[in-house]
Amino acid sequence: MLTNKKSLWLSGPYLVWIAGFIILPLLTIFYYAFTNLQGGFTFENIVGAVTDTANIKAFGLTLLLAAAATLIALILAYPLAICLAKLGLKKQKVFIFLFILPMWMNFMLQMVAINVILEDNGIINYLLSALGFEKIHIANTFGAILIGMVYDYFPFMLLPIYNTVSRIDGDLINASKDLGAGAIRTFFKITFPLSFPGVISGITMVFVPAISDFAIAEMLGGGKIMLVGNIVEMSFTKGHYYQGSGLALILMAFVVISSLVSGGDAEAEGGAILP
Amino acid sequence: MKNEKLIELVGVTKSFGTEQVLKNLDLYILDNEFITLLGPSGCGKTTTLRIIGGFVTPDTGKLIFDGKDITNLPPNKRQLNTVFQKYALFPHMNVFDNIAFGLRIKNTPESEIKKSVGEMLSMVGLSGYENRSVVSLSGGQQQRIAIARALVNKPRVLLLDEPLGALDFKMRQDMQYELKNIHKQAGITFIYVTHDQEEALTLSDTIAVMNQGIIQQIGTPEDIYNEPKNAFVADFIGDSNIIDGIMVKDCLVNIFGVNFPCVDTGFGNDKPVDVVIRPEDVILTSPEKSDMKGTVTSLIFKGVHYEMEVMARGYEWLVHSTKMEPVGSEVGIYVEPENIQIMHKPRSEDEEAASVDE
Ligand SMILES: Nc1ncnc2c1ncn2[C@@H]1O[C@H](COP(=O)(O)OP(=O)(O)O)[C@@H](O)[C@H]1O
Ligand SMILES: [Mg+2]
Repeated sequence: MLTNKKSLWLSGPYLVWIAGFIILPLLTIFYYAFTNLQGGFTFENIVGAVTDTANIKAFGLTLLLAAAATLIALILAYPLAICLAKLGLKKQKVFIFLFILPMWMNFMLQMVAINVILEDNGIINYLLSALGFEKIHIANTFGAILIGMVYDYFPFMLLPIYNTVSRIDGDLINASKDLGAGAIRTFFKITFPLSFPGVISGITMVFVPAISDFAIAEMLGGGKIMLVGNIVEMSFTKGHYYQGSGLALILMAFVVISSLVSGGDAEAEGGAILP
Repeated sequence: MKNEKLIELVGVTKSFGTEQVLKNLDLYILDNEFITLLGPSGCGKTTTLRIIGGFVTPDTGKLIFDGKDITNLPPNKRQLNTVFQKYALFPHMNVFDNIAFGLRIKNTPESEIKKSVGEMLSMVGLSGYENRSVVSLSGGQQQRIAIARALVNKPRVLLLDEPLGALDFKMRQDMQYELKNIHKQAGITFIYVTHDQEEALTLSDTIAVMNQGIIQQIGTPEDIYNEPKNAFVADFIGDSNIIDGIMVKDCLVNIFGVNFPCVDTGFGNDKPVDVVIRPEDVILTSPEKSDMKGTVTSLIFKGVHYEMEVMARGYEWLVHSTKMEPVGSEVGIYVEPENIQIMHKPRSEDEEAASVDE
């Protein structure tokens, strides 16, 4: 057994890490969030964060966008996960690899590429006009950010669902059919309930980063659409540390709450990023 | 057991990749019969059962149920239920919901479901377990829930795939009696899969011994045990002395230079044959009474009998007897003519497993 002293030594680097990069920044945010310009204690930054109309609008937009991205990713990922789980083992590995490949590509590059596709003179519009349809304006809109989010977070939805679905014992499905259930009832009574933990972690793993996002919105929204993350970022770059911290704290509360709602499953199912 | 064919497999073959798992299988199953598919692991028992259950489609051949061809009928439309090898209880449902599953699919009124589930639970000795989570149950309890979940649907046939495989020895024995009782009570056909020959002998009306995707012999436990058709069956069903012999003429076989009277005929004269003698049929006498003289080389007390090995004319004879002879003693070997089984030799290696007597 390790003595207390030894284990302190071993965990030393982690403790320094936690203190320097997690506790300290958190405390700094807390400090600024509850401090006014004169250095006294105040609730003003917090109250301001949730009463300012621009902020309320940004919160609404952020939640709407995150929810929409999560829902679309779920709708796309679920049937795909089911199909993947039905393939042979070798094929499963190849396809999973293909679907998570974009995760390893540089983020900026991904965003630039999406822009090239969506631009007014981009690939989509080129195809549309070539086929004789009217051009659509999608770049730098809510829709563009949504597409970017779905694209970027898709693997985080797919993998946990795939992990749970592929682990369902085939004889449970056989047993359901044996007892008289057809394919549809077997899906709703067996497959879906058993895949539920994966769905919950997928939702968490997409929704949580989506509500705190600012980078995708900045890259694909053309700076016109302000999410909460963008306002926080702007506050800090403009030197408004106090208001920025207040807003950041509220955002953090949202993140914590949505993680808690989904329970501890998220980590368990999302843990294995690679098949 | 009625004398009507309920299920018939006709010329069924099945391959997985390049491996032919079932080779032109013919088998019929009578109404109310307790039939066991017995064979070593990998011989195709589960595949046969899955074809009957509808989870595997045969490459060729037909499955007839009650006179109708159901080869392509999906499992949910078949009048049979399965107890899966690892039970396959639904982990997200409690005991009650597991057993009620089939009835709910059929839209049975909830009051009736409650009654039926209660009856089933009392039949398998687990009354009061309704609200337990199935994952909290022991192997034996899960197994009984799996049986209840299948039987509550009043199927005409129950398929059981090594249902006692995961249980310890004592539990297996108890469950064997219970299964036999349930079979009697339910009055339906049981198709049972096992690789345990004792279990098969204890439970079955009929045993089909399988090896390498071929049925080697089918018959009552007594038939299979007393008159194995080939060396594989003899070897697989209990311990046996399987000896190279020469059929001198009808009713006389020569074993290592000693002539033994037997009852088999029609093998021709001076033909090599396999001779099968059960260890309990080997009678040890004083050495002067037999030309087959030998020395006891080992002695083990087995509870109801002694197990001895006797080296005689270069062959180690396995002997079961209630009388013991100490190691080193000289003995003679005698076998009653009707206890000597003569079998054709397989013509090739391949046929060792495959051949069925012509
Ligand atoms: N779904 C499958 N895919 C590939 N091979 C299989 C499949 N099912 C069974 N097999 C192979 O078929 C052979 C017979 O299997 P099985 O019927 O399960 O034997 P048993 O139940 O007698 O042990 C085995 O060699 C097994 O590996
Ligand atoms: Mg098997």
